[in-house]
Amino acid sequence: MSARERIAGNVANYVDERTGAAAWMKKNLQKVFPDHWSFMLGEIALYSFLILLLSGTFLTFWFDPSMRHVVYEGSYQPLKDVEMSAAYASTLHISFDVRGGLLMRQIHHWAALIFMAAIVVHLLRVFFTGAFRKPREFNWILGIALLTLGIVEGFLGYSLPDDLLSGTGIRIAHAIIQSIPVVGTYLSFFAFGGAFPGEVFIPRIYIVHVLLLPGIFLALITVHLMLVWYQKHTQYPGPGRTEKNVVGYPLMPVYMAKAGGFFFIVFGITAFLGAVASINPIWLYGPYTPGQISAGSQPDWYMGWLDGLVRMAPPLETHAFGHTISWNILLPGLIIPGIIFTGMALYPFIESWITGDKREHHLLDRPRNVPNRTALGVMSLTFMLVALINGGNDIIATHFDLTINQIMWFSRIGIIVLPPLAFVITKRICLSLQRADRELVLHGKETGRLVMLPHGEFIEIHEELSPAKKFTLTQHEQPKAIALVKEDARGVINPKGIRAKLQARFSAANAENIAKPTAAEVKELEGGHH
Amino acid sequence: MSKELEPLADPGLPEHIHRKADTDPIAAKRAERQVAVLFSLSAVGTLLFIYSFFFIKEDQFIFIPIMGSTNAQQLGIGLGMAMSLLFIGFGAVHWAKTLMPDQEVIAYRHEMRSDDADRGEFVKAAKEGAELAGLGRRPLIKRTLAAAAGLAGLPAILLLRDLGPLPGNALNETSWKTGTRLVTDPGDRPIKASDLEVGGVAQVMPELPAGKKRALEDIAKDAVLLIRLRPSEFQLDPERLSWTHEGIIAFSKICSHMGCAVALYEQTTKHLLCPCHQSTFDVTRAAKVIFGPAARPLPQLAITVDADGYLIAKQPFTEAVGPSFWERKS
Amino acid sequence: MKFLSKYRRHKLATPLLLLFALFGIGLTFSVASATEAPKAVNAQAKSTLIQEGQQIFLKGCSSCHGLNAEGGAVAPSLIGVGAASVDFQVATGRMPMQDMSQQAMRKAPVYNEEEVAALAAYVASLAPGPRAYTNEEITWERDGNTAEGGELFRNNCAMCHNFAGQGGALTKGKYAPSVMGVEPRHIYEAMITGPQAMPVFSDKIITPEEKLSIIKWIKAAENEPNLGGAALGRVGPVTEGLLIWTFGLGLLIGIAVWLTAKAR
Repeated sequence: MSARERIAGNVANYVDERTGAAAWMKKNLQKVFPDHWSFMLGEIALYSFLILLLSGTFLTFWFDPSMRHVVYEGSYQPLKDVEMSAAYASTLHISFDVRGGLLMRQIHHWAALIFMAAIVVHLLRVFFTGAFRKPREFNWILGIALLTLGIVEGFLGYSLPDDLLSGTGIRIAHAIIQSIPVVGTYLSFFAFGGAFPGEVFIPRIYIVHVLLLPGIFLALITVHLMLVWYQKHTQYPGPGRTEKNVVGYPLMPVYMAKAGGFFFIVFGITAFLGAVASINPIWLYGPYTPGQISAGSQPDWYMGWLDGLVRMAPPLETHAFGHTISWNILLPGLIIPGIIFTGMALYPFIESWITGDKREHHLLDRPRNVPNRTALGVMSLTFMLVALINGGNDIIATHFDLTINQIMWFSRIGIIVLPPLAFVITKRICLSLQRADRELVLHGKETGRLVMLPHGEFIEIHEELSPAKKFTLTQHEQPKAIALVKEDARGVINPKGIRAKLQARFSAANAENIAKPTAAEVKELEGGHH
Repeated sequence: MSKELEPLADPGLPEHIHRKADTDPIAAKRAERQVAVLFSLSAVGTLLFIYSFFFIKEDQFIFIPIMGSTNAQQLGIGLGMAMSLLFIGFGAVHWAKTLMPDQEVIAYRHEMRSDDADRGEFVKAAKEGAELAGLGRRPLIKRTLAAAAGLAGLPAILLLRDLGPLPGNALNETSWKTGTRLVTDPGDRPIKASDLEVGGVAQVMPELPAGKKRALEDIAKDAVLLIRLRPSEFQLDPERLSWTHEGIIAFSKICSHMGCAVALYEQTTKHLLCPCHQSTFDVTRAAKVIFGPAARPLPQLAITVDADGYLIAKQPFTEAVGPSFWERKS
Repeated sequence: MKFLSKYRRHKLATPLLLLFALFGIGLTFSVASATEAPKAVNAQAKSTLIQEGQQIFLKGCSSCHGLNAEGGAVAPSLIGVGAASVDFQVATGRMPMQDMSQQAMRKAPVYNEEEVAALAAYVASLAPGPRAYTNEEITWERDGNTAEGGELFRNNCAMCHNFAGQGGALTKGKYAPSVMGVEPRHIYEAMITGPQAMPVFSDKIITPEEKLSIIKWIKAAENEPNLGGAALGRVGPVTEGLLIWTFGLGLLIGIAVWLTAKAR
C-alpha cells in the first residue's frame, strides 16, 4: 500500500468510526446522473447562489447599513462634500477606496442577475418537459418559493446602497404597502419607522438581505436538492430509458468533475462580467433624496414586468365612505402578481386534475407532445414579455424613435390580445410538429437525393429512421380525454357537478393530439418505400 | 392495449462509441496535455491578479475598444480572477469529457411509495402514540393546549408594535403653512414673481426657520414645483385661479400615483410628466391627469406675495400630498 | 452548384441563411435611409452684420418663421427670443429643421460661425432678448464647482436628461437629448432660452455661478472614464438585463451544451 493510500485509509477510518459514513457513501458515490445541457440550468442558479454568498460576505466587511447623514470625504471628486447616508458613502468607499471592491460589487450584482435568469430558464425547462409531475410537485412549489424570494432578495440587495435609482424603487414599494386597504398606512409606518423615508429602513432590509433570506434560501435549496437526490433526476425519453431506470454517469468521478468544473466556469464568467462590464454605477446616480428623479428609472430586469404592469394600469381609484382604494396600484402591484405566483405554484395539481393522471413520472415530455401545456407556457411568457417591454418603454422610445404613448397603448391592448394569440399559434405549431414526427417515422428522412425511375418519374429518396430514433419519436403516451359521466349505472347524478363538466372540457382540449404511428402502421410501410 | 396501438419496441441503449483517447494512447496523451495547459492558464490568471493588485496604480486608466477608457487595476484583477477560475473549470470539464469513462451507466428506480408492510407499521406506531398521548380521551387538555399555543404566539406579534409610530394625521400634513415663503432648492433663496420667466420652472421648498435642517422626510412631502405660464393660458375655475399669482402656479412635486418626483415640465405642451410610470398632468387644468396610471391630479398649493414681494403660501395644502391611502377621503 | 446541394441539409444551413438575410436587409435599409447632408448656403456679402443676417433669414428661415420673423402656422415667432436662442438653435444644427417632426434634433450645422453670428444679430435687432455667449465667457473650469453642479443637475436636469446626461423620453415622441459633447456656451444658452419643450431657467432661479457648476459637472461626467468597465449606455438596469440574457446566460448555456456533448 502506498503512503497516500495509507493516509486516505486512516482518514476514512477516523470519520467512519464516528459517523458510519461508509454505508451511505458506498452507494452515493456511484449515484447516476443523466447528462443533458438543459439539466445544468438549475446548476447555474445554484452556483450563482454560492457566488452571491461569497461576494456578499466580502462586501459586508466594508458596507455600513446606516442612514445617518455624513458628508462625503472619499476619493470620488464629483461627490466631494455632498451630504449622503452612511450606506451610500460606504458603497462609494468600497467602489473607489477598497482594492477589488468595485470588482466584487459588480460580481455580486451580475451574479444576482444571472441567478434570477437561471432560475427562470430552469423553471421553463422543468415546466415544458413536465418534470413537475408526481412525485416532484413539492419540489416545484419550493422552486416557485425560491423564485419569489429571489426577486425580493435582489430588490432589497440593490436598494442597500441608498442611491437615487434604488431609493426611487423603495418609494414605489412604500406606495404599494401604503395603498393596502385598512392596514396600509400602519404597515408602512411600522416598516419605515415613521414617515418615508425614515432612518431605519436600510438597516432593517440589510438584516433581511444578509441573514434572514439567505438562511431561508439555504434551507429551501437544501431541501430542493435533497429531493432531487432522493427522487433521482428525471431523464429525456430515448432508447434504453424507461420509467424505472436512470441512465447517465456516476457521481464519482465524472459528475463531480463536470459539475465541479461548471461551478468554476460560472464563477469565472461572472468574474469576467464583473471585470469588463459596469453595473449599478451608483456614483453616477447620486444619493437618494425624495425630491429628485432620473429619466429612465427602472428596477432590475426580474422586476421589470412588475414595473410594466404598474405603468400600463388604468387610472382606477374608488372613493367611498371617506376611504380610498387604489386599484391602479393594488391590481398590478399585488393582486395580479399574487394570482400569477399562486397559479404557478398550484399548476402541478391543476394539470393532474385535468389529465386525471395520478401516476409517477420520471421520463420527460417532449414539449410538442403536450401541446396544451406548451401553449399555456408560451402564453404566460408572452404576458410577462409584454409587461417587461412596457417596463422599459421610455428607454425603448428614445432608442427606437417611438413614443411612450404608443408603447403604452401597444402594451395595454397587447397584454390582453397577444397571450391568447400565442396560445393558439403555439398549439398549432406543436400539432404540426407532431405531424412532422409522424411523417418521419412512417416515411423516413428526406435525403435530397433524386432518382429517376425507369418510367420517367422523379422521386426523392427517403432514409428510414434508425430504430432508436423511431422509438424516441413514438414512446410517448397519448392519453384519452376523461369522459364526462353525467350519471352512473343506477341513475345517480355525478355529485361533482360543474367541476366534472369543467374537467371533461379541459381534458378533451388537452387530449387533442395527432395520433402517433403504431408498430402495425410502421410495419406496413416498411421495405421498398420512398 | 390492442395490437393496433402497440408502440414501437425499445431497441435498448445504443452501442457505445469510443473516443479517440479511449483507444489511441497518443490522443490520450494529447488530451492530457490540453488539460494541463488549461490548468496552467488558470495559474497565469492568478499571477495576473496578483500583479494587478499590487503593481497597477488605482488612478491608472487604460483604453479598450468597445469598453472605452476604464480603470486598469480593476480590469487587471477582474480578468485575472476570471481566468484563474474559468480555466480550472475548462480543464476539469475537458478532463472529464476526454479521459474519464464516458460509458453510460444504468441505475434502477424503485417506486417512491413505501411498501404496504412499512405503511402498516407506521400507521400502527402513529396511532399507538396518539392513543398514549390520550388527547382523544382528554378533550380538556386538547382545548387548553390549543388556547395556550394560540395565545403564546401573541407576544411575538405584540413585540413588533414599536417598529414605528402610528400614522395619526401625519399623512395629511406638510410644512406649508399660511405665509411660508417659497425658497429655491438647492440654495434656499426666497423668490420674487419677477425671478421666474414665462416658460420657466423652479424647484422649491418651504423656508426653514433659522438653524433648522431639512430632513428627507420633509422633502418627501414638502417638495413643490413652481411653473410660470401666461395667465391667459390657464383653464381654471375661479377658486383655483385665485391660487395662482400673475401666471405662476404651484403644485406638489410628489406624484399622486406612487410618490416619485414629478419634475419633468414640457414648456410647449404645458404638461408635467412623471418619469416613473409616465403619468402626465396638464398644468393649465390644475394638473389634471391626461395619461398614465395616476388617478388624481397633483395637489395645488395656493400662492400669493408678501409685503416684500416674495412668493408665499396662501394656505396649507387642502388635501394630502403623495400617493393614496385607505384613510384618504378623496 | 455541387457545393450548395451537398450542404443544403447541413444543420447550420438555416441559421447561416438567416444571418445572411438579416445582414442583407440591414445593409439595404441603411443604404436606402442614408440622407444627404444639406449643402451650406453662401450668403452674399452685405455691409452690416444685421443686414447680412436678414438676407440669410429671408432665404433659409422665413418660409416657416415668416418674412418678419413673426411666426406662422408651423413655427413660432422669433421676436424677443434673443441672440442666445439663435446661437443655440442654429449653431447646434437644430435649425433649419430637417423635417417637420416632433422636435428639432441636433445635427451637423448648416451655417458657419459667421452666418450664425449674422442671424443672431438680425434676430436680436427685432426686440430685446437674451444675448449669445462665447465659450471663453463661460468660465466653467475656473468658477464652477463639480460636486455642487452634480447636485444642481440631479435636482433640475436629471428628470429629463437622465442621471448621466444621456437623455430621456418626453411625451408624444419628444425627448430630452443627451447633453454630452455640447459646447459650454450652448449648454448655457439652452438653460436661459428654454428651447422647445425645455423650460427656462432664469438667473434668479439658477444663478450664473450655479449654471457654470452644472456645466462643469456635465464636462466631468463626459470625460469620466468608464469606471468598472463598459458603460452599457449609462441608462441603467435595462441594458444590464439585456446583457445578461444575451451574453451572460447565452454564453453559460453554450458552455453547458459543450460540457454535455460527447467528446470525439
